[in-house]
Order: sequence, then structure tokens, then C-alpha cells
Amino acid sequence: MAAHAPTGRPNQLFRNLNAKIASIPMMLVALVIFLGGTIWTVFYSFTNSRLLPRLNFVGFDQYERLWASSRWIISIQNLAIYGILSLIFSLVIGFMLAALMDQKIRFENTFRTIFLYPFALSFIVTGLVWQWMLNPEFGVQSVIRSLGWTSFAFDPLYNPDIVIYGILIAALWQGTGLVMCLMLAGLRGIDEDIWKAARVDGIPMWKTYLLIIIPMMRPVFITTLVIIASGIVKVYDLVVAQTSGGPGNASEVPAKYVYDYMFQAQNLGQGFAASTMMLLTVAIIVVPWAYLEFGGRKRG
Amino acid sequence: MADISTLNTTVAGFDAVSSRLASGPSGRKPRRMLSTRNIVLYGTLTVAALYYLLPLYVMVVTSLKGMPEVRLGNIFSPPLEITFEPWVKAWAQACTGLNCDGLSRGFWNSVRILVPSVVVSIAVASVSGYALANWRFKGAELFFSILIIGAFIPYQVMIYPIVIVLRELGIYGTLTGLVIVHTIFGMPILTLLFRNYFASLPVELFKAARIDGAGFWQIYFRIMLPMSLPIFVVAMILQVTGIWNDFLFGVVFTRPDTYPMTVQLNNIVNSVQGVKEYNVNMAATLLTGAVPLIVYFLSGRLFVRGIAAGAVKG
Repeated sequence: MAAHAPTGRPNQLFRNLNAKIASIPMMLVALVIFLGGTIWTVFYSFTNSRLLPRLNFVGFDQYERLWASSRWIISIQNLAIYGILSLIFSLVIGFMLAALMDQKIRFENTFRTIFLYPFALSFIVTGLVWQWMLNPEFGVQSVIRSLGWTSFAFDPLYNPDIVIYGILIAALWQGTGLVMCLMLAGLRGIDEDIWKAARVDGIPMWKTYLLIIIPMMRPVFITTLVIIASGIVKVYDLVVAQTSGGPGNASEVPAKYVYDYMFQAQNLGQGFAASTMMLLTVAIIVVPWAYLEFGGRKRG
Repeated sequence: MADISTLNTTVAGFDAVSSRLASGPSGRKPRRMLSTRNIVLYGTLTVAALYYLLPLYVMVVTSLKGMPEVRLGNIFSPPLEITFEPWVKAWAQACTGLNCDGLSRGFWNSVRILVPSVVVSIAVASVSGYALANWRFKGAELFFSILIIGAFIPYQVMIYPIVIVLRELGIYGTLTGLVIVHTIFGMPILTLLFRNYFASLPVELFKAARIDGAGFWQIYFRIMLPMSLPIFVVAMILQVTGIWNDFLFGVVFTRPDTYPMTVQLNNIVNSVQGVKEYNVNMAATLLTGAVPLIVYFLSGRLFVRGIAAGAVKG
């Protein structure tokens, strides 16, 4: 919209001066924090900083130590299990709920309000509620046992082997409403005529969904995928509230590893290296998406 | 008036019915309410809804029981004797460390954090969005792209540099520092929201104002702002729930006596000392969740719009 400004002024720098001044916070945040901060952290991950950041380069030492640490390996494994399962389940559950909601049902608003309200709650609240729900002495396990199935065992928060699934249940409860909403918006964006054409051709409903609607909703799925995935990498508060990383360190996640090393173990270098690995994970997810989404459009 | 209009509609209805009767049945056969399809459909939805409601129900029920009753076993059973004592205790007496003045302290800390953070972050982001939409200058899009990409960078990567910056400025651990942090991390999404909204307004308005000699701020305050109330409400909902629910920034950028409610709640419930009082814990959890829940139930569709805007980027 540069055309609005009178042309032919001597100095380009002072054109739209007010707009530039007003954008200073944005520029500062973009340059200093997002760009500068990221570079700074990556840079210092090659040092052996402990209590305070120091410029004493040690090459890839921190990364070697990181990948040799069993706690980090557990974190990564947990993130992988949690990430893959929560992607699959939230997409499947979210889409199925959205498909059910799209059948011109009554009380749509009521149902949507119910499915989405957990999303308004914080991860801390979510974690604490599910900590209580899954409490083996009083929660789901004891209720089912009291119904007569005395050997029933489901105590994810006290069993290192399945603790990550306990966290997954809570995360799905909190997040599927959002996926449902996004999917519903996608379904609503599909032309009625497609449905009519499919009906005329006698294609059964499930087949229409599977072979026509879902491929048509590809952009919605990809956007949702990226949103869920970048949320997964950040998962922190939920684990802190629900298990504090326990039992032992069975439910550690990378974000918690970073926090603990930076602010508690006073081993900044490890923290920086771990956070750089997190950045790398996100980049693996986001860069191809951004390339497909924005890179292709410019050329096409 | 009312009589005449009812009469009119009745007459119109009668006309429609009589014409339809004359031409014979048409249109789709009316569906029966209790078809198998409907039973399966509403059945599934109701079961799912119950699952989503269950934790809320358990929270409420547990928080209204006394400890002896909680220990008897069933978390799903309704309270035999309703008591509000856990609520009072959670609000005014629950202990974190040496302080035993309950969650009320965290609540007021959160309010003190929330109000300036919401105002400042929305003010800064709306002006940035406005500059991006209507006053494009060279390089503006580049900054904006960095901002949007930045939204995907894990916070853990940027936290320590921010700690250093705030420490250098002498505001690490203060309320001002936390407000700045919330403004920074609210920026990508809010700027995007405002930029898209302002770009969707008719350009003619902006042009007309320019011709009449209005400047940057004049157009912002007298034309854009009054026209954009809905989007400001959406941004507010987004920020109020987001900032209230924040935990990480609260832990990193405040000191124990100014911890926000979420952090204090976590400290109360997950403290290792003392007997676990599950009813007090659940009352405390509900109290912390109450603010975003109220915002959610009051705002309804706007909340959905807010998260949809927040979610669908680009």
C-alpha cells in the first residue's frame, strides 16, 4: 500500500515514519527475541556454561553427554510415544466427533460446548484432575474393583511402564475438542453438492468420507497436524502437574529436561543443547509444512 | 399490532397449506425421531459428552465432600453431606511452603499479572497489525514472517536469552518483566489476528481518511478502533484464558511471593509434606479453573472464533 504515501520525498527512511515507530516493538521482538534468542541459545549450546553462560567452547560435548544420558533417552522415547499416539488419537477422535456433529443434529451448541470446555482449562488443572481420576486407591481402578472385577489393574501414574499413557489420556481429554472444532469448520467448508453427487451415485456414507471428503480436507488436516505437533513438543505443565516426571523419571519429557537443567541443576550448557534438539524436532515438522504451504504458492 | 401480525402469519400459513394440499404431497418424507440412525448418533454423542463431563463432575463432587467420606472410596458417588469447608480452606488456609494463606494470594497475583498483560499485549499487537495491514513499508513482511515462524519455536529455546535481557534491564522477577514476556509471546498470534482483520476492512475508508488528512494514529484511534470491537473481544478472550493458564512463564519469571495461581495450585497439590487432602485439592483446582471456564461459558461462539483464528494461521 506504499502507493498511498506521496511519492518523490527525498528520504525513503522517513516515509510512513509513524508506522515504523509503531512497529518497533514488533521488529524488536522478531529480531532480538525470536531470531537473536534462538541463535544465542544454539550458539551457547556449544559451550560448557554451568551456572552462568560462558564462552568456553567445547564442540559437541554437550550433545554427546545429552545422548548418553538415560534421562534424555527416556524423555525422547516418551515424547515419541506420546506424540505419535496423541496425533493419531486426536485426529481420529476429533474427526469422528466432527463428523457426528455435522449430521444436522439438534443441540449442536450444547455438544460443542461440552467437547470444547476442557480446552479452556490449563494443563495444570487438567493434570491435577486426572491425577485424582487415576488415583489407584480412590479413582477409576478402585471403582471398577468395587464393582466386582477385583483383579482389575489400571494405575498408570504409579506404574513406570504405562505412565505416559496416563498423561496421554489427560492430554486427549483436554485437546480433542479443539481438533473437533477445526475439523467441523473443515467439514462445513465442503460443498453440499459433493454430498448430493455421492448420494446420487449410491456411494455409502463411510466411503464418501474416506475417499472423497477426507482427501478434500487435506489442508485442514495438515494445519491441524502442525498445530497438534508443535503443541506436543512443548508439553511440559501437564507432566509437571500430573506426575512431576515420576515415578522415578519414567514420564520425563524434553521440555522438562530443559527446564530442570537450566534453572535447577545449574547446568546451562546441557539445557541449551537439549532445547536446541527441541528446536530441531520442531523444524523437522514445520519446515516441510511451511515449504508446501507458502513456498509453493509463490511459485504457482 | 401483535394480533395483526399473528393473523397474517396464520393466513400465510393457511395459504401455504392449502396450496400444498392442492398439489399433493411433495418434498422429503418426514424422518422418524427414533430411527436406528438417530439412536446411534445421539447415543454416541451423549456417551462422548458424558466422558468429557466426568472430570468436571468428579472435581465438583469431591470438593463438596468431607475427608472421611472421600476416604470411603468412590470418586463418582455424590456427596452424602455437602460441605463447603474444603472451598474455604483452599481459598484461605491451604499451605505452600511456609505461607498458609491459601490460594487467594495466587488469585490476586494472577489478577495483577493478567490485567496489564492483556492490555499491553493487545495494544502492542493491534498497532503492529494495523501498521502491517495499512501502512506497509519495506521489510515489514519479513519481520512478520519471523514473528509467525517464531510462534512455532519452543519457548524453552528463547527463555534464557529473555532472562538475561530482563536481568540487564533490572526487571527480572518483577511484574513488569512478566508483562513484557506475555506481550512477546502473545505477539505472533495477536498480530496475525489483527492484521487479517484490518486487511479485511474496506480500503476505501482508509483512503478517505488519508485524503481528509488523518495521520497514522488518528486513523487508528478514530476509524480502525471503533470498527474493530469484535476482534478486540476475541483477542481478549484468547489472552485472558492464555495468560491465566500459563505456568511456565510464571515459574521462570516470578518469585515465590508473586507466583500466579497455576503455580501456587501445583505447589499446594503436589507438595510432599502433610496429609493429602483431596477435597481441598479439588476445590483449589476448581477455583483455578473457574476464571477461564467462566470466560468460556460466557463468550460461547466468540471463544470458538478466537481459537479458530489462533489455530488457522497464514
